[in-house]
Amino acid sequence: MPYEYARRRVLGAIAEVGRIAMLIGETFRMLVPGVSAFHLVVEQMNAIGVQSLILVFIVSLFTGAVAAVQAAYQFANTVPLKFIGTVILRSTIIELGPVLTALIVGGRVGASIAAELGTMRVTEQVDALEAMAINPVRYLVVPRVVAAIIMLPVLSMIANAVAIFGGYVVAVSSIGVSTHTYVLGLKQGFYMKDLYSGLIKAFFFGGFISWMGCYYGFRTEGGAEGVGVATTRAVVASCVLVLIGDYVLANVLFRFIFAS
Amino acid sequence: MIQIRGLKKRLGTKQVLDGVDLDINKGETVVILGRSGTGKSVLLKNIIGLMQPDAGTIEVDGQDIVGLKEKDLNKVRIRFGLLFQGGALFDSMTVGENVGLPMREHTKMSAAEIEKRVTERLEWVGLKSVEQMKPASLSGGMRKRVGLARAIAMDPAYMLYDEPTTGLDPIMADVINRLIRSLQERIGVTSIVVTHDMNSAYHVGDRLSMLNEGRVVFTGTPDEARNTRDPLVKQFIEGSSDGPIKPL
Repeated sequence: MPYEYARRRVLGAIAEVGRIAMLIGETFRMLVPGVSAFHLVVEQMNAIGVQSLILVFIVSLFTGAVAAVQAAYQFANTVPLKFIGTVILRSTIIELGPVLTALIVGGRVGASIAAELGTMRVTEQVDALEAMAINPVRYLVVPRVVAAIIMLPVLSMIANAVAIFGGYVVAVSSIGVSTHTYVLGLKQGFYMKDLYSGLIKAFFFGGFISWMGCYYGFRTEGGAEGVGVATTRAVVASCVLVLIGDYVLANVLFRFIFAS
Repeated sequence: MIQIRGLKKRLGTKQVLDGVDLDINKGETVVILGRSGTGKSVLLKNIIGLMQPDAGTIEVDGQDIVGLKEKDLNKVRIRFGLLFQGGALFDSMTVGENVGLPMREHTKMSAAEIEKRVTERLEWVGLKSVEQMKPASLSGGMRKRVGLARAIAMDPAYMLYDEPTTGLDPIMADVINRLIRSLQERIGVTSIVVTHDMNSAYHVGDRLSMLNEGRVVFTGTPDEARNTRDPLVKQFIEGSSDGPIKPL
């Protein structure tokens, strides 16, 4: 019995990966006709990007502030405080900016995409598109994926700037670091490759979040309960993929592409 | 003309369609009767390619659509209009945008021409000045009529109706029945109506076919259905729980 259960779970997982791969393949096949309806992409850029701004702003501001407090605590008697700007800058643009933005947006947008498409599925709106000879992947998935992979890097850049500002406010107001020292630390620690790596990560995270939302939305069965299940699965899958993807991308980017 | 032969479809462990044979002639309205869960909606979804059958053929004007590639299937789908049970209107769009969607997607009509056609089709179904409303603010009957206006927006040769009167009050059900009849007379559309509402079936059907356990067990005119001695059909038409069809 346990063997049979394990066998079914493994086969189910393989089938799931296969279906996700097929959705990704269909998205690429429909990319050009999907993007040509640019107004749909712009609508999604607004929903995914602009409407996440306040949340990203608040989380980033406090992330930067906490980073400053933590750095000061850990530097005590070991590392000069002139490095505080460098530490906040590098930890933010490489890791905290893209990863925290992806987790926040994954929660907000992944859930919203899955709930919207899931409701469309159970109320036969997706069938209605197909019956009208409109490819649902072209009409629903492509605009969301394209908008997410454009907006996640943009949101990450904004998150970087806000977090560095949050760190600055705390460093200057309660740790006793001067503006000149903080800015000098930023200048000394800035490398373009760090910024690029963060943005590349954000690009992939945008894909993970939107594809998971669309996939679980399209797979919704039943009524309101099914939509709830799809939403939860989309958020969990997005967040897990962001963290695993972060590890894989960190290895690829820093050990191979930007190794020197 | 639509010709269905030996159509089979299994969903999970249930053989929903088990060798359906059915002909729908040009210009006629065929009503598919049957209890809930007998595969009526599955049959409709197979006809328009939303589901692929396990076996059998579905010929539309002589072309077998089973296994067609998406591009070719879409050419067939454009000739169909489908009214879904709940209307299946897009919540994020206004009524006007819903009705205009197929024209925006498949024609080169200008915005003004689309707007004019949208107003015309809404008037055909008895609705005026609703273009700017959202589907959420419509009643069940209005949603169905908007769904119908969207389905006929592209002048389809074939109309499929999935439970068109289910969930409506008797007066609104009669409105929908009259609309189905008037569309047949106005644009000569060939129609398949799936229902278990006998009033609706008698009103709109030129012929009635009954599905039971995945097969067509009766086909005839409304008068032949009324006078049949077939116990299966008689039980269904009379709505009796006594007879060869056992309650689930």
